[in-house]
Amino acid sequence: MSQDLDLSRRHFLGVATAVTGGVGAVMAAIPFLASWKPSARAQALGAPVEVDIGKLEPGALLKVEWRGKPVWILRRTDPMLEGVRESDPECRDPDSEQPQQPEYARNEYRSIKPEYLVVVGSCTHLGCSPVDRFEVGSLGPEWYGGFYCPCHGSKFDLAGRVFKGVPAPLNLLVPPHRYLSDTTILIGSDSGVA
Amino acid sequence: MIRKIVISALLVTAPVMVHAAGGGHLEKADIDISNEAQLQRGAKYFVNYCLGCHSAQYVRYNRLALDLGLTEDQLVENIMFTGERPHDTMENAIPAVDSANWFGRTPPDLSLTARARGGDWVYSFLKSFYLDPSKPTGTNNLVLPGASMPHVLWDLQGLQKAVFRTETGPDGVPHEVFDHFELVEPGQLSPEQFDTVAADLATFLTYISEPVKMQRQSLGIKVILFLVVLFLFSYLYKKELWKDVH
Amino acid sequence: MSSSHNDGAQVAGRGAGGFNRWLNKRFPLDKMLREHITEYYASKNLNWWSVFGSLALVVLVIQIVSGIFLTMSYKPAAADAFASVEYIMRDVNWGWLIRYMHSTGASMFFVVVYVHMFRGMMYGSYKNPRELLWIFGMFIYLALAAEAFFGYLLPWGQMSYWGAQVIVSLFGAIPVVGESLVEWIRGDFFISDITLNRFFALHVIAIPLVLVGLVVVHILALHEVGSNNPDGVEIKEKKGPDGVPLDGVAFHPYHTAKDLVAFVAFAIVFAAIVFYAPEMGGYFLEHANFEAADPLKTPEHIAPVWYFTPFYAILRAVPDKLGGVILMGAAMILLFFLPWLDRSPVKSIRYRGWMFKLALAVFVVSFFVLGFLGTRPATGVYTTLARVFAVLYFAFFLLMPLYTKWDKTKPVPERVVYHD
Repeated sequence: MSQDLDLSRRHFLGVATAVTGGVGAVMAAIPFLASWKPSARAQALGAPVEVDIGKLEPGALLKVEWRGKPVWILRRTDPMLEGVRESDPECRDPDSEQPQQPEYARNEYRSIKPEYLVVVGSCTHLGCSPVDRFEVGSLGPEWYGGFYCPCHGSKFDLAGRVFKGVPAPLNLLVPPHRYLSDTTILIGSDSGVA
Repeated sequence: MIRKIVISALLVTAPVMVHAAGGGHLEKADIDISNEAQLQRGAKYFVNYCLGCHSAQYVRYNRLALDLGLTEDQLVENIMFTGERPHDTMENAIPAVDSANWFGRTPPDLSLTARARGGDWVYSFLKSFYLDPSKPTGTNNLVLPGASMPHVLWDLQGLQKAVFRTETGPDGVPHEVFDHFELVEPGQLSPEQFDTVAADLATFLTYISEPVKMQRQSLGIKVILFLVVLFLFSYLYKKELWKDVH
Repeated sequence: MSSSHNDGAQVAGRGAGGFNRWLNKRFPLDKMLREHITEYYASKNLNWWSVFGSLALVVLVIQIVSGIFLTMSYKPAAADAFASVEYIMRDVNWGWLIRYMHSTGASMFFVVVYVHMFRGMMYGSYKNPRELLWIFGMFIYLALAAEAFFGYLLPWGQMSYWGAQVIVSLFGAIPVVGESLVEWIRGDFFISDITLNRFFALHVIAIPLVLVGLVVVHILALHEVGSNNPDGVEIKEKKGPDGVPLDGVAFHPYHTAKDLVAFVAFAIVFAAIVFYAPEMGGYFLEHANFEAADPLKTPEHIAPVWYFTPFYAILRAVPDKLGGVILMGAAMILLFFLPWLDRSPVKSIRYRGWMFKLALAVFVVSFFVLGFLGTRPATGVYTTLARVFAVLYFAFFLLMPLYTKWDKTKPVPERVVYHD
């Protein structure tokens, strides 16, 4: 009956077919999964945004949209910068240890130029957009001005650093950005900046 | 090397596309969408001569740069003139309503023209404008009779008139049949140089009608070779299994 | 410590067996696998013609998967549809591949189904006891035709538009209710955004549900009566002591291994088309469909996609609107009646006489010629040819009771013919 049956050959061919076929199935799935990545149109709509900050008054906040998220540009006054320093003991991550900012914004004021704060205005808790509470003392004695999230009460200082004892775990995100000139910021791209 | 041979063999044996296009004779254009230099020249002519009135609304500038081997700076310097951003699509400058008033109809979008009509059609169309005083534009086109488009490339090609001859068909009725073009006023380019310009434009239009063509062809051979391996394994496995059956 | 570890392993082992038992008490998984896969016996002499049923199932899966992913980026609105297809082709990552898979799959579905039907006709697979199996299959074919027709409007190109215009207008040939029926189908006074939207719903939800349901019924009927074979011998009539047909071979692993080979070969052809000739010279993707639909401008020459052209040629061959529609419908419907038109005592072409062989050859040639004529303009000699071959096409069916009765058949063997 099965005089010329070579079981090891059969086993090898079965495994070879199954493995090759499995690899093929995985490769065939790749285009379908990859089709969910942002399309060229989404990339175009999410392209870097140029913002003119020439008319921004000291102490004023400018809100722009980048990739469907609010980006805040705050021109901080000297008292505001002092408020940031005062807030240090209240902050969960005062030295920006967590990777919530590009290397070039990992400093005392979490910005390229101390005067201008650029952060994504989405609370790191559940994505609500915090509101500004710049008045010193408006949220208690240790409040030197900052942002307050109306959804769940998270607090951030004027460098976007999260306070201790609030639901939000991380500092506000500093998006990649660079200065095209003294009065223009490009949000969403930092190529060419070390 | 072997891959290249296989690809070119497959390209040659791929079915010859037969395009239905009405009117006139079509000349074969020398179209090679893998020729970056030709594509770059075509792109430049396209933005200079076509994009004023026509759009290519599905084509993104940065995709062009990628496929034509241009850096973003080269792209901005050579192809983009009206302050678009690199990821924008190739829109034209004039509003559709205005152009409809000027030309009698809105100039069609050119993203897919070469795919609908064929690269040879584009090539022949560009070469086939001839003087016809009865038309408001002063020219007519042999490939697209009654074309409302003026002869935009006249300064390059010059002006030509069409010579017709009378021929008696099998039905015994005499017809006017196109015989040849006669250059009345030479342009900046020689006829051979102009042919190259027309071919460059036809190549560019062919490329934008399906930007992914090169990519799909280079991927295809890998997929097929993989499947051939799988075929061998599965075939041998089947033969091995069926030894049980008597 | 180590003993408790061993206990754990034993419990886990019992657990696995237990889960199987638990599952199969509540869901007949093992039973279904046995009945339909491991202990479904198909004749050992099946040849490569018999793989097209499995292939059709594979193409159905390709169409469903690629179709689902296309709907994620496609917009079923007159103002956006054409642009959304180009968006898929250019902007969506791998969108071009998914779209070409779907467009190639549509044509390949018909290739596979036509071959599958031809196999059935060659080997008499529609004859007793497989009449119902054949009828379910014919319903699948009709559903597939509807699916293809509704789907073809979606790219909203010139051919989409005017093809739908022509086919929908066919219903206008029906006396009295025709015109209001056409309006009802379109939901508008012309093929419009409204029509596109409902065709989309039919293409992505309604017809696929019907199609999948019919496929299930078709397979259940097949597994009830058993697969036919090139000899047309009922293998169930000769069973061994174990109850297994003597000429039967388990579907798995034997026929599955064979179907896999066929599938990979099919995939090679499929990939060659997708990557090197997605337009197939204008037969799979028509050139005029790369121009957006324009309700004011008919293309110079309208032709349906190739899989409908045989029927389209019959439609045009009749110089009367209603007559053309009736004959076109009849050309499809007559296939349903094959089980009763065929009076031959044998199933397979192997044991039939020259009359059936000739008739089948004439039928196949007519189908191809009509298919070719349907792509050409209906003028002069083409119309005459279409009439001649339409007559031949119908003669195959209408004369079948006669020639199958008169035909001299050969004796059918007791067992299937099989060479190692």
